[in-house]
Formats: sequence, C-alpha cells, structure tokens
Amino acid sequence: MSQQSILEIEKEIIEDFALFDSWEDKYEYIIDLGKKLPALEEEYKVTDNKIKGCQSTVWLVATQDNGRIFFKADSDAVIVKGLVSMLIKVLSGHRPEEILEAKLDFIREIGMMTHLAQTRSNGLLAMIKQMKNYALAYQTIQGLEKK
Amino acid sequence: MTQIDSISLDLDLQAIRSQFPILSRTVNDKPLVYLDNAATSQKPQCVIDALSDYYSRYNANIHRGIHTLAEEATLAYEATRSAVQEFIGAASAEEIIFSRGTTEGINLVAYTWGRQYIKAGDEILISGMEHHSNIVPWQILCQEKNAVLKVIPVSDEGEISIEDYKNLLTEKTKLVSIVQVSNALGTVNSVKEMIDAAHAVGAKVLVDGAQSAVHLDIDVQALDCDFFAFSGHKIYAPTGIGVLYGKKELLESMPVFHGGGEMIKEVTFEETTYNDLPYKYEAGTPNIADTIALKTALDFIQTIGKAAIRKHENELLTYATAQLEGIPGLTIIGKAREKVSLVSFIVKGIHPQDMGILLDNLGIAVRTGHHCTQPLMKRFGIPGTVRASFALYNTKEEIDILIAGMYKSIKMLS
Repeated sequence: MSQQSILEIEKEIIEDFALFDSWEDKYEYIIDLGKKLPALEEEYKVTDNKIKGCQSTVWLVATQDNGRIFFKADSDAVIVKGLVSMLIKVLSGHRPEEILEAKLDFIREIGMMTHLAQTRSNGLLAMIKQMKNYALAYQTIQGLEKK
Repeated sequence: MTQIDSISLDLDLQAIRSQFPILSRTVNDKPLVYLDNAATSQKPQCVIDALSDYYSRYNANIHRGIHTLAEEATLAYEATRSAVQEFIGAASAEEIIFSRGTTEGINLVAYTWGRQYIKAGDEILISGMEHHSNIVPWQILCQEKNAVLKVIPVSDEGEISIEDYKNLLTEKTKLVSIVQVSNALGTVNSVKEMIDAAHAVGAKVLVDGAQSAVHLDIDVQALDCDFFAFSGHKIYAPTGIGVLYGKKELLESMPVFHGGGEMIKEVTFEETTYNDLPYKYEAGTPNIADTIALKTALDFIQTIGKAAIRKHENELLTYATAQLEGIPGLTIIGKAREKVSLVSFIVKGIHPQDMGILLDNLGIAVRTGHHCTQPLMKRFGIPGTVRASFALYNTKEEIDILIAGMYKSIKMLS
C-alpha cells in the first residue's frame, strides 16, 4: 500500500468535517478522537516532553524509523487531545522534509483555527512548532550521516 | 432595611444594559453572555464617548502647552485625579499617581520604596492567594536584596486566618502586600485588621485593589493602608490606565521610578532635580485619553451607587452558587464567608479548558485556567478552574444560560 501524502490526509479530514451540520457534531467528533487517542505511557510524561500552554499541557514524544518520524502525544484536556490526535494522523510517519513543508491548512478549513491561534491558552501552536523542530533535528542528523 | 432603601437599591437592568453597546452583539451566533468581568469589564457608551470626544475635540499634550487645547486637556486630566482622590478617600490629589494598571503600581513600589528600604534579612509578607503581579515584583526584590518572601497560608475554604497571619508578622517584616479581593476565589480579606497588625510591628502595607475597587467602598484613610493599587479597565474604564495611591510622606521619601518628561524640575548634564508629587512618578507623556475616560467611569459608578451594584452582584453570586451546587460532580473552589461577585469551580473529570471552549461556542464568556494564580491552584491541587465573574449588567437569565450551557458541555465531554 502506498503511503498517503500529508495533503491527502488533510483533504480526508476536511471532507469528514464537511459532513457535520452543527458545531456540536464537530466537537463531539473531536472529543471522541481525544478519548480514543491512547494515553501516553507515564514514563514519557516527564518535563522534557512537556509543552506547556497557559491552560492545558501537551506531552509529545518523537521517534524515527527508516527515515520517517513517528509522534505520540497526550494532553490533560480532551479537546486539545482530539486536535493533537488529528495532527498526529497528519504528520506522523512522514519524512522530515514533508513535515517541515506542511502548512496544515486543514486546521483553518475545519474551523479550528481559533483554538490554535490563542497562543497562550494552549500548547497546540507550540506543539506544531515542536513537531517541526523534531523534523528539523532529524533532517540535520540524516544530512550528517550521509556525509 | 426600609422599603425605600430596597427600592432605591434595585437597578434598572435594561436601562443599564442598554448603555453597554457590546452586550447586544452575538458570539458564535448566540447572544453574548459576558461573565469574565474579573478579567476586564465592558465599557459603557459614556466612557467610549469620552475617548472619542478627547481625540475629536481637544487632543493635546498636557501641563506645558500654552494653547487652549493643552489647557482643556490638562484640566480634564487633572479632574480625573481629583475624582480618584474622592473615589478612594485619599487626603490629597498629590497622593494619586497614574499608572498603567495594578501591576505597574505594585512594580513602582517594589522598584522605588523597595529598593530604598528593603535590606538583607528583611521580610516581605504576601498571601497564598496573590496573583502573579503581587508575587513576582517581591520575588525579584527579595532576590536582589537577599530579603525573605513569606507566604500566609490559605485555608481549604479559601480564607486567610488572621491568627496565621499574626504569627508570621515579626519585627523583621517590612512590608505586607495583600489582595483585598481574590481574583480566583472571590474571597474578601479583612485588610483593615491586617493593616493594623502590620503597623503594630512597624511594617508598611500595600493593598492590591484590582478586584475590590469596583465592588467595595474604598477609603484609604480609614483603612490606613500605605499604598493602594488598582486598574481602570476592571471598573468600566479603558485599559492602560490605573492608579497607585501612596501616603504623601512615603511617596516623598521614595526615589524616582522612570526618568524623563513631567517628572523633572531641572536638568543639567551634571544633575537633575525632580518634580513634586504626583508628577515625580509620571514620566513621559501620560495616557491622557484613558485617564480622562477613567473619570467618566468613576462618575458612572457613583451615579448608580456601589451599594446598589453590590446588592445586585451579591444576588447574582448567591443565585449562581445555588445553581452550580446542584450540578453533579461540581466543586466550588473558594467558599469564604466574605465573597464578592465571582464563583470559581471544577467539574470532576472535566478539564476547565474543555468547558471554556464549549461554553464559548454557546456565546458564554467565562475564564478558565489558573487565573495568574499558579501557586494558589497548586495549593488546591488543580490545573485551574472555570470562573464566572459578575458585573452590574449581568442578569439571572444569563446565569440560567450558563447553567444550561454547562449541562450541555458536561454531557458532551462525559
């Protein structure tokens, strides 16, 4: 099975959200995603993995396998966790350069930008930044290994 | 209370609400229910007009201009100082220093009085319910001076025990900086008793009036506090303007804060002499428009009367508390005997931020999070609370909308 591109996954999410008639349906879906995202093992819930927002906390762990980066995350707030779950779905399993190039327009398209734009209120913008930082770090390491 | 009193204390809510244009807007297609007044209040049309009037008719820099506009602006600016003097019962207008807000007022005291009078080993006393603005400036000062910051504990109910407080007071205590009304719990502290006890050991007292100035009758002379700080934006005035009151002899004895502008008397490259109070602490071009509009806000409050406002807000608090207590799994944080105008709570298994996001979709503005009181949240072992805070324009119907919104949110999140 060929791997879907980041844009293809984003497109799928946008199509899913187009089916919702009301904000309640949209949020119930996100809340459900948050509940379904497996809790991060306690050993990973350490300060080094913490992305602290003003209100909720996100824990983020990145690993790499065969040139691709995989993310795991958790949050103490379920709506944030649902949004995080979508970010993982979109970005996890891709090569560093793809992650770095991702514009993540789907967030705006599905009408969730408000909760990301409040920079101090949650760790989400910081999380996107951190995911890209991991991608940049792995890209640098890969570059060094090739030399 | 006589019948006449009770009639005169009832607010004409519709008339009041109609003076706040923002209250007729919708948020997420729902009528706005604004319950975040402890963060900032909405502004009546007269305050908005005062800003517009200044910029449209007599915008000018103050105190030095010889022309008509400068004269008009100066008079309006200084009229606010007199209005503030009356509002808080200060002995003279020279004791009223305009600041950007409570935070700047507290910092001014820390950087001037604190730098001059705090020495190694001295103790500064604050309480466990202070917001960050009344913690951090003292922390910085204590680190710089090798002084000790001591914290009065907060009980499970969200109160300070006077006993505990007095036990912490020693002859080493040089300053007590205490909030009059907690922004996270609503607790009203017995500041008069605390001030008297502090003075008995020779300490000075700063009262943080950020949350109290709008609700309580403030009389700084009766309180005998040494400093009192509050912000305009929480009392129906614009943002960016606040007041620091200080006893005249203290303000005179303190070094200057910012240099430049109105705070100078004479400058040579060798030496500068400083202006008299209050200008000594008002460097640069001040926030003229917002200062002028602050008087309009004070007039607005005085016209309605704090007693009537307090009665209405207390009714809302009692009503909201009773309604909230009926919600399964809900715990109110802060059950002090003396409270004003806000209720903070958590719901078992629900993160406050999730609740806040869903309520926002229903047009309901509440505050969620730690309310800039992280040590207090830590003391209660919670990440934060949902806080509904009331102003004179809020209604019982709005509390009903909040309660219905909470039931809906809890159902969605459970």
